[in-house]
Amino acid sequence: MEKFTKITSIATPFPRANVDTDIIIPAKFLKSIRRTGFAAGAFESVRYNADGSLIEDNVFDGARYKGAHILVAGDNFGCGSSREHAPWAIGEMGYRCIIAPSFADIFAGNCIKNGILTVALPQADVDALVIAAEAGHAITVDLEAQTVSCENALYKFDFNPTHKDMLMEGLDEIGQTLRSKTAISDFEAKQKMMTPWLYRQG
Amino acid sequence: MPKIMPKTMYDKIWDFHLVEERGEDVGLVYIDRHLVHEVTSPQAFDGLRAAGRDIRRLDSIIAVPDHNVPTKDRDQENPDEMSVAQLEALEANSREYSLDYIPMNDARQGIVHVIGPEQGFTQPGVTMVCGDSHTSTHGAFGALAFGIGTSEVEHVLATQTLLLKKAKNMRVTVTGELPLGCSAKDVALAIIGVVGTAGGTGHVIEYAGPVIEALSMEGRMTLCNMSIEAGARAGLVAPDDKTFNYMKGRPYSPKAGQWEAALAHWKSLRSDDGAAFDKEIVLNGSDIVPQVTWGTSPEDVVPVTGHVPAPETFAEPSKQEGAAKALEYMGLSAGQAITDIAVDRVFVGSCTNSRIEDMREAAAVIKGRRKADTVIEALIVPGSGLVKLQAEEEGLDKIFIDAGFEWREPGCSMCLAMNADKALPGEHVASTSNRNFVGRQGPGARTHLVSPAMAAAAAIAGHFVDVRDF
Repeated sequence: MEKFTKITSIATPFPRANVDTDIIIPAKFLKSIRRTGFAAGAFESVRYNADGSLIEDNVFDGARYKGAHILVAGDNFGCGSSREHAPWAIGEMGYRCIIAPSFADIFAGNCIKNGILTVALPQADVDALVIAAEAGHAITVDLEAQTVSCENALYKFDFNPTHKDMLMEGLDEIGQTLRSKTAISDFEAKQKMMTPWLYRQG
Repeated sequence: MPKIMPKTMYDKIWDFHLVEERGEDVGLVYIDRHLVHEVTSPQAFDGLRAAGRDIRRLDSIIAVPDHNVPTKDRDQENPDEMSVAQLEALEANSREYSLDYIPMNDARQGIVHVIGPEQGFTQPGVTMVCGDSHTSTHGAFGALAFGIGTSEVEHVLATQTLLLKKAKNMRVTVTGELPLGCSAKDVALAIIGVVGTAGGTGHVIEYAGPVIEALSMEGRMTLCNMSIEAGARAGLVAPDDKTFNYMKGRPYSPKAGQWEAALAHWKSLRSDDGAAFDKEIVLNGSDIVPQVTWGTSPEDVVPVTGHVPAPETFAEPSKQEGAAKALEYMGLSAGQAITDIAVDRVFVGSCTNSRIEDMREAAAVIKGRRKADTVIEALIVPGSGLVKLQAEEEGLDKIFIDAGFEWREPGCSMCLAMNADKALPGEHVASTSNRNFVGRQGPGARTHLVSPAMAAAAAIAGHFVDVRDF
């Protein structure tokens, strides 16, 4: 996984509230058994006309925000289904960071596991960043310092320290957890005594 | 002597499963039960293989196909190659890792969240996960059950744990008595109407109060199922005698020698008196009226006696804009009576409403009547093969078929339209599923979430009607 420390980039403004994972990637595109190939179907209802042609000047494909690595989004972003295809698609589109007033829990967790930073800022700050993004200003997100800066504005954000380490180191979480193998085995031995019906015989 | 702090049910289950603390409010949590289906698992198995890792506890897993399976003509070749690839991948992975696998042609096959309880695999006090956000369903038993992404599926397969941030405690109390004609679905929608789709974010919701206690186990499943639609990853109902009676004699339930110990443990799970909740909501259940959604988020809900709201009646500008967009997508105008909305398709099914009581609820309305000619298609999709058999034993299939409904094979079907069951652009669907998102039931499809009785009544009338006067 690519490490996340600090990025500076123009940003795509997409401030709609309650953007669900069905909007991010509709279910009909989930049939691949690989982790890639989801970018083309991402945000289908925002990017394509009913006949399958691209909607001209939509924020994701228009020239204006080409090459943006930051998405400035609306409240409760990523609600709905647990599909990890949503962050896979967003990552494949080139985004490394999403800034929004709030994120749905499962979606935010899925982002971390795919090296995408989710930054929650107050609505007023996000509104200001939307305006800056629309004006084509670059935004800098510094995970180490936990700051977002743009023009002369600087915003601090909170972030879970464990997740910060994971993102900054680009760590494989399973490998990390397996270092606690003994603790897991000890737990199982204890649980098997206390609630044996949870273990199938044989 | 130090005073013992009263704990919530969530706190108790969390503490029981904490393997290691990892700083404030973060812990490595042990997972007891894992349901695996074809859509969110193939990449997880690939990840295991690539890293040369094994599955830690085979007896914690049941694998079953549900999202993608066809609901008719199962004896014929599935024309959808991509679906076939996922279904074959699940079967191949199940074989390679010797998983407890229920194939499509097995009578026990069905939607993960229907078969977990049905098989006794879901139990009070367990931690339970699945790569599906509606895993919250199993909270009906007092199980801490929540949806996870594919990386977490892989993490649980390999380590039997998850690194979790502890959620906050929220309690939703529903007082009074649920009026006739209303069911658990109406309670769920009414709660979301009050709480909003983000109101439960970061919380686990415990449902309490006389209305919840009076719900059957299946009703509680319907309610907990939609916790995620209120933003909460999990919902919980305290186990009681209904729960214990439900658990008796199911294939994976504790056996005779362990039953008493299990029962004692289950009885200890309920929240202690005086336990603190970070957020409390109280609703009067006696005021609940059959609910219908008008927009593209489950919080866009009104009583069937109500009207489509005007966007300017919402306080926040972002909500006003959302409502205006929703009305445009739904082809509705402000002030329109809900009962004036014509219905083109009807879907009774999904992990929310596809159990035997849902089938009976629909059949009671449909019996002796006929589907309106203007309704193009009305699907009844049982949640599992066992629900289907039970319904057929009770003659419900005949009631449906005689009324012009289609009686299908079990699966997720038109809830998310991954298989051939979908609505066409612009069509209004009366649906017992859980999400009315843009394009959820097919591109351009317009979903209205309702209870099984309300869906059945809409199919007969050709538009929404108040099932209480039907």
